[in-house]
Amino acid sequence: MDNTKKNWPLWEVFVRSKNGLEHRHFGSLHATDAEMALENARDVYTRRSEGVSIWVVESKNITASNPQNNGELFEPAQDKVYRHPTFYNLPDEVKHM
Amino acid sequence: MSEKEVKNLEEIFEARIARDEKIEPKDWMPEKYRQTHIRQMSQHAHSEIIGMLPEGNWITRAPSLRRKAALLAKVQDEAGHGLYLYSACETLGISRDELYEQLHSGKAKYSSIFNYPTVTWADMGAIGWLVDGAAIINQVPLCNTSFGPYARAMVRVCKEESFHQRQGFEIMLTLCNGSEEQKAMAQDALNRWWWPSLMMLGPTDAESIHTEQSMKWKLKRKSNDELRQQFIDQTVPQADLLGLTIPDPDMKFNEATGHYDFGEINWDEFWQVVKGHGPCNKERMNARVSAWENGEWVRDAAMAYAEKKVNKEIAKAS
Repeated sequence: MDNTKKNWPLWEVFVRSKNGLEHRHFGSLHATDAEMALENARDVYTRRSEGVSIWVVESKNITASNPQNNGELFEPAQDKVYRHPTFYNLPDEVKHM
Repeated sequence: MSEKEVKNLEEIFEARIARDEKIEPKDWMPEKYRQTHIRQMSQHAHSEIIGMLPEGNWITRAPSLRRKAALLAKVQDEAGHGLYLYSACETLGISRDELYEQLHSGKAKYSSIFNYPTVTWADMGAIGWLVDGAAIINQVPLCNTSFGPYARAMVRVCKEESFHQRQGFEIMLTLCNGSEEQKAMAQDALNRWWWPSLMMLGPTDAESIHTEQSMKWKLKRKSNDELRQQFIDQTVPQADLLGLTIPDPDMKFNEATGHYDFGEINWDEFWQVVKGHGPCNKERMNARVSAWENGEWVRDAAMAYAEKKVNKEIAKAS
């Protein structure tokens, strides 16, 4: 098998900075497999105790929306003001609701 | 896309930047914006990678374990910074291999400061204090640049970089409080690194061909001359504190402007080094290219091993 022309795939790195917080996208890196991606992520993104948990996902497995379709995708939410609490009129006497 | 449509998109794009909106990789952007960012970000990444070489020279000869651990950590950070920046660059659709190829062929540049030799231990002090000091001044405004991935990478870089400068200053301070010979060594390092550090902030505004466009795109937020003045104003009092003399007889505080006046910079030297005729250009490129070429079998073996593991699992499952 000829591997000489194969580049290491790209991985996206997500780090939970402390328990109670969600994993957040930190950046990306190249690695041959998931195990190496985790090890590299440890060295590249958590040299100063920035995390307690790491996720790695091969970048090609992420499906992203296209900003050019943002109109169809996100505008329908804009005319639905009734989804927000401020849409509803209440008397001033009702203080916290 | 018709010319008119492109023009329309360009106007929307410029307006977004004017409103301080960030641009993300999948957003439409003018081709020139993409190219300029690839150029600047990759140049920055290459500088981090080549920048490891002059300091790597002293890791095995650091005078104490404390200094050695700090220098190792600093060089490791530089590798990390290079990686953040390469990744940010790759979001614009250029591969890591293409970026390396541009560095190795000489098509892409890196900061000319790394083409100077590190001849004594005091150079580790001077590099941290002056070169990292100048880099921080250059980089802090970039945390706010318009291209999202670049700005995010710079926030991480800047957070980590302040230890670099402090460890350098501490080395200088220790030497300056030491024997006559040690103090002379610190002064000699300052003499050699001062002018290249000033040049590192780039050609004068009048000579800088990219400044205007880069300012408009917020890829640059202060001009080279402004950054240089800021660096000088900040560094001269630190040299006084060390008891060292800045190697510039024209250096003088100007009461009227509130800034230090300084002597003529030898721009011929700067352009010579940029064009490849600095003291260590060849040595740096040879070290980099041979590290890449000699590591090829390791990269290939790691890839083959990963594939073998996957194939084994497939065979087990079937």
